[in-house]
Amino acid sequence: MASRKIKSIEDLKNLREEGLKKWEESLKSGVTFVVGYGTCGIAAGADEVLNAVQELASGSKVVKVGCIGMCWAEPLLDVVYPDGMRVSYMAVDRDRAEQIVESALKGEVYEKGIVGVIDLRHELFGEPERQFPYPRLWDHEFYKKQVRIVLKNCGIVDPESITDYIALGGYSALAKAVLEMTPEQVIEEIKTSGLRGRGGAGFPTWLKWKFLRDAKGKVKYLICNADEGDPGAFMDRATIEGDPHSVIEGMLIAAYATGATKGYIYIRAEYPLAVKRISKAIEDARKLGLLGKNILGTKFSFDIEIREGAGAFVCGEETALMASIEGKRGVPRPRPPYPAEKGLWGKPTNINNVETYANVPKIIANGGKWYAQYGTEKSKGTKVFALAGKVNRTGLIEVPMGITLREIIFEIGGGIIGGKKFKAVQIGGPSGGCIPEQLVDIPVDYESLTSAGAIMGSGGMVVMDETTCMVDVAKYFLTFTQAESCGQCVPCREGTKRMLDILVNITEGRAKMEDLHTLEWLAVNVSKASLCGLGKTAPTPVLSTIRYFRDEYMAHIVDKRCPAGVCKALVSYYIDPSMCRGCSLCARNCPVGAIYKEGNVFKIDQDKCIRCGSCVSSCPFGAIKTEGVA
Amino acid sequence: MEEKFGVPRDPSYLIKALQNIQTKKGYIPFEDAVEVAEYLGVPLTRVFGVATFYEQFRLKPRGKYVIRVCQGTACHVKGSKTLLDFLRDFLGVDIGDTTEDGLFTIERVACLGACALAPAVEVNGTIYGKMDPDKLRELIIELKEAERNGEQKN
Ligand SMILES: Cc1cc2nc3c(=O)[nH]c(=O)nc-3n(C[C@H](O)[C@H](O)[C@H](O)COP(=O)(O)O)c2cc1C
Ligand code: FES
Repeated sequence: MASRKIKSIEDLKNLREEGLKKWEESLKSGVTFVVGYGTCGIAAGADEVLNAVQELASGSKVVKVGCIGMCWAEPLLDVVYPDGMRVSYMAVDRDRAEQIVESALKGEVYEKGIVGVIDLRHELFGEPERQFPYPRLWDHEFYKKQVRIVLKNCGIVDPESITDYIALGGYSALAKAVLEMTPEQVIEEIKTSGLRGRGGAGFPTWLKWKFLRDAKGKVKYLICNADEGDPGAFMDRATIEGDPHSVIEGMLIAAYATGATKGYIYIRAEYPLAVKRISKAIEDARKLGLLGKNILGTKFSFDIEIREGAGAFVCGEETALMASIEGKRGVPRPRPPYPAEKGLWGKPTNINNVETYANVPKIIANGGKWYAQYGTEKSKGTKVFALAGKVNRTGLIEVPMGITLREIIFEIGGGIIGGKKFKAVQIGGPSGGCIPEQLVDIPVDYESLTSAGAIMGSGGMVVMDETTCMVDVAKYFLTFTQAESCGQCVPCREGTKRMLDILVNITEGRAKMEDLHTLEWLAVNVSKASLCGLGKTAPTPVLSTIRYFRDEYMAHIVDKRCPAGVCKALVSYYIDPSMCRGCSLCARNCPVGAIYKEGNVFKIDQDKCIRCGSCVSSCPFGAIKTEGVA
Repeated sequence: MEEKFGVPRDPSYLIKALQNIQTKKGYIPFEDAVEVAEYLGVPLTRVFGVATFYEQFRLKPRGKYVIRVCQGTACHVKGSKTLLDFLRDFLGVDIGDTTEDGLFTIERVACLGACALAPAVEVNGTIYGKMDPDKLRELIIELKEAERNGEQKN
């Protein structure tokens, strides 16, 4: 099939049928093993599982898939039986893999540690869903409230196989757009869907496309922003690793609608696996003629090139990103002119986020109205979030807009680790804010989040509990933005530095009340006066934590105390000699050797202590105390 | 067309060229920077402007194993700072520096995208999730041992 080109809708249909037939045959030929092999799976030990399965089931098919979202349960191993039942196992290690494989090869189901089952015949061939004697995976609390549109294929199909993607209906939305619709109709359909940019600001996608369509000039560019700079977010990584073709198809449809002639995907270098998968996907699409000249036998031509970022957060900002593609320092420039007028190399350009593009094929295939049934009045469809932090089930989720934070954190996420108290959730990364417990019932949509002092952002969601210090969080983000400021404009370069100085003083117990006022004043003005979005939004984490956690700031400033016990200068650990039994567990657990024996009891060397708290959790007698904590 | 450093002769490939050099040599030697400038027809100041602007580039050699501790939000709230403190103490070098035996360099990195398994650490491209000082210590000892036995790990 490699050298074959798709020149018409018939060619595409034939390939799809072949793909489905191949699946049918593959199912019949015996059990298939599926290993979750995204970055998260690998980090959790997927290689060990993969090796074990390949060794023990050498005659069987073993497939590597992207992230299905259950990062907390990694490494994941699935067994697909000939009848199409796919059984998912969580937290698999070598031993468990052996037992699972052994049963599977006998045609039996190993019953321990099943997270759920999927009817693959239903997913692949659209047959009516059957009941199996095990719980449905999609009924698991983690999935029950999710709506998987962007992530539909992630973790289900082999991301490195274009035939798999086509068999599942892939590239048929492209065919529909190019063969049956005018560019204006495509834009109209996107308008009906209500899709707004998923990269942060939520600008209506159709309008941006229309700007580019209406822009004059023969050469127009399309850019996919896969820089994913928010530290604590991995939606775009997972989408590209799990379903790269959906992004390519989305870009193709956008190119057709806007008249763009060439596309760039700008992706961070910290994501080598995603780079590898998207590169292969582009190559495969090119081989089939889905990228290149005269796509599907029409006059429409488009190709995509990859450019890797080099570790600069500001390059997520669109004008800086374009400078970086041009091979320059990633320094933003004032807008207007907007990219649609003067973009890459001065030519009209449209830039969208990965998830924005990944939504497009589904909207064209099912119609804008279908998409708009999900979500709220002003925020349509679904949003992918990277759920991380102090929550039990961390992972990748896709939820309908309008869902509440409570549902996300307590139902999907299964609540706070160790039954601790929920404190806040940080949304939107360095440009976003913290939403406190009292607002946990607000709906997730662009407007509600903004009015609560956060932003939708690109989808990072970091959950914080009572052991997180909110002043430290503000300091953390300012440290980040201050370091990432490109240094071009004074408000951002100097302003964030002064703000950080104050925050450091607060966390080290050297600040006065008037410093807090200076901090607020600076925050407001840095936000007003900075040139680009980085500086404009850098104060948001500070302002939102002051707004909701002023008492915590006061505790640091007035009482010289860090209630969460995080700010090192304000806490110290000591061992209560009357409770110490001299068992030495703490000393053995101390990562820096700060605990020594004196007489019959142990003591902590305050100069060496890094206040990590390992000793506290290791002491069976509760003899280790903290000073300065609430 | 002539290709050097794995890129066409087009100044927009400056970043890619530097990336290719660094992948091969671990850092950007001065001579290579000069050669890239000549090849792409850009001033040397621009090469250094770019090389110092982006976090990824190194102008001095690094250790054989580069241990990168994630500084992302998820890792931060799950205690990545403890990992850095531990590494500095255990290896006896500061962030950005290399141990005397040339084996280990400690670096910080903004989010590795493994946030769900925070805190995360990357060693020469392999990401380890749910790290703690104990696991880090074991890993380093393992690498040192492999080194002594002349094996290449990672
Ligand atoms: C400092 C800064 C960083 C940004 N980082 C990203 C990013 O990592 N990914 C992204 O898609 N958009 C990012 N954006 C937003 C982009 O500038 C741009 O608005 C977006 O890519 C447009 O795509 P959309 O309309 O599909 O959302 C960033 C903006 C700023 C100001
Ligand atoms: S925050 Fe560390 S991997 Fe994302």
